[in-house]
Amino acid sequence: MNEPQDKSRRGFIGTAAAGVAGLGTLALAPGLHLIEVTQANPTGAPSQGASSKIRWGMLIDTAKCVTGCDVCVKACATENGINETLKDPRQGSQWIRKIDLKDPKFDRTFSLPMMCQHCAEPPCVDVCPTGASFKRADGIVLVDRHTCIGCRYCMMACPYKARSFVHQPLTEQNPEVPRGIGCVESCNFCVQRVDKGLKPACVESCPEGAMLFGDLNDKNSEIAQRIAREATTQVRADLKLNLGVRYQGI
Amino acid sequence: MRIEQDIHNNREHETLFYILAVLGGLVTVAGLAAALYMEHNGHVVTGMNNQVVWGLPHVFAIFLIVAASGVLNVASIGSVFGKVIYKARAPLSGMLALAMLAAGLAVIMLDLGRADRLIVAMTHFNPTSVFGWNVILYPGFFAIVGIYLWTLMDRQMNPYYKAAGFAAFIWRLLLTTGTGSIFGFLVARQAYQSAMLAPMFIILSFAWGLAVFLVVQWVMFSWNEVRLNLAIRTRMKNLLGTFVAAAFYFVMIYHLTNLYFAKQAAFEHFILVSGGIFPILFWGGYVLLGTLIPLILIYHPTISKQKGAVCVAAELVLLGAFCLLYVFIIGGQVFPLDMFPGMIVSSTFYDGLIDSYIPSTPEILLSLGGFGIAFTAITVGVRVFKFMPEDDVGSLESAGHMLD
Repeated sequence: MNEPQDKSRRGFIGTAAAGVAGLGTLALAPGLHLIEVTQANPTGAPSQGASSKIRWGMLIDTAKCVTGCDVCVKACATENGINETLKDPRQGSQWIRKIDLKDPKFDRTFSLPMMCQHCAEPPCVDVCPTGASFKRADGIVLVDRHTCIGCRYCMMACPYKARSFVHQPLTEQNPEVPRGIGCVESCNFCVQRVDKGLKPACVESCPEGAMLFGDLNDKNSEIAQRIAREATTQVRADLKLNLGVRYQGI
Repeated sequence: MRIEQDIHNNREHETLFYILAVLGGLVTVAGLAAALYMEHNGHVVTGMNNQVVWGLPHVFAIFLIVAASGVLNVASIGSVFGKVIYKARAPLSGMLALAMLAAGLAVIMLDLGRADRLIVAMTHFNPTSVFGWNVILYPGFFAIVGIYLWTLMDRQMNPYYKAAGFAAFIWRLLLTTGTGSIFGFLVARQAYQSAMLAPMFIILSFAWGLAVFLVVQWVMFSWNEVRLNLAIRTRMKNLLGTFVAAAFYFVMIYHLTNLYFAKQAAFEHFILVSGGIFPILFWGGYVLLGTLIPLILIYHPTISKQKGAVCVAAELVLLGAFCLLYVFIIGGQVFPLDMFPGMIVSSTFYDGLIDSYIPSTPEILLSLGGFGIAFTAITVGVRVFKFMPEDDVGSLESAGHMLD
């Protein structure tokens, strides 16, 4: 064999191999690297994915929710890396917010947390042109950061003002919760925690125990039993969206 | 002496054409630069927010898209409904439709949060989304109107013009149905979710499209020092009057259904009475300037005969169009969502409050950039191709087409 030619061939293979290895550490998207994709599932076994046997839901007791308390809002921000400050707060992201209500006729006041209601028939999913807004088999409504084109049609369609548009570049994100400029986002029931068997951050943080999370399809779950026993309300029930979040005391 | 005068006029026209083309180009470049600036910094540099999610660029883009489908109506009246005087106007009508649709789509696309993901929009299709339908309807419009123009301008293809014209007419009705339904299917906000919106947008497109056509025709005839035949002028102005009156009827019925059927009394009170800039734009801009004064200019026995009356009427109709769309799109969003009827609500996310919206300079430039694109394309188009409507009045009269 011609030695110099062989050397150059080996040299080329070596360079190419180094290049491929280098590619592995390149960013596919901010915070997402090829090498980390393989590490995310070290066993190599296919992940189970969401099950349609489950319907995740939340029950909020407004009688226990304290006006002025925003522990759940802060817990959500910490968990999901919502730390940016904007000059115009109307442009900032709010995955969960506290709404104070007053019934002017009877002078009754109360407070409740409002977030994505995880509709069974979500208008945001219906209107999304690319399918970036989607509903998992277990009822959690999500936005795919990679196919959201930032048209904001879902924000026009959401009856709960539950969605936010990322108006500026972001830094210091939580690697488990990718967010991105120019994309729409909303409460995802802390899907990264739920998939590990944990509760959403807001539920876990509530000092009054006003928020209950669980499987609406499991008749033995606490949430299903309470909804079967006690009167609950869906916000804007007239739209017949079959919400995953129910309220008591409205 | 006469020849010298003609040469002088031609030179002046040539210079003026280049000045107009460069001006249009500069406005377009400013719009593109603004889009790049918005893309780089994010929508934080706009006046839009999480309540008013669509702003001035959408007002301009939807105007351009609706008027684009409407301006094609001039061609349809010739090809589909067999009115001969409109047939001479079909090529210009088709070209205007393509230029305005391209401009409207450019503004919508450049305003996306991720304009770089245009390819995603074209390769991921959600059949339940009206936007998704539009991804098919808009390119389809370009293709069908392109073929229609081909059948009109190439003698060999001419036998197919009726079929192409009919297809274009059906397609444009579908397209405007799609544009109206973008809002018609939105259940969340009080201003929208109405079955009235698709037909209302179609009739608005008739009025706005014909108004655009009349303004362009007036400029082209003036440029070439040709006088439009009085009978043709009368017919076209009367058609504009009919469309403007019909559009006004639909707008009124839309508000009445919202009041009496949907019971959105608080929202209607805001838009029509107490909402500051919005009632002013609605009554002063759309109703008075955009509807009543044009109808007087069109139908008053003496005023309608004044030189330029029809052109001014058409321009006022277009001004009214912007006022109406601003009220519809922005006014429809600033009003708070009614999640808890009868309750007084407040939150850190401005629940229960009427929002405000002031477009920023980049948004204004991007919006005007859409106009720049349409203006430049039309200016160059009418210069390069033979779009000038030519009326053989003698043969039209003898064949009875001036009265049919």
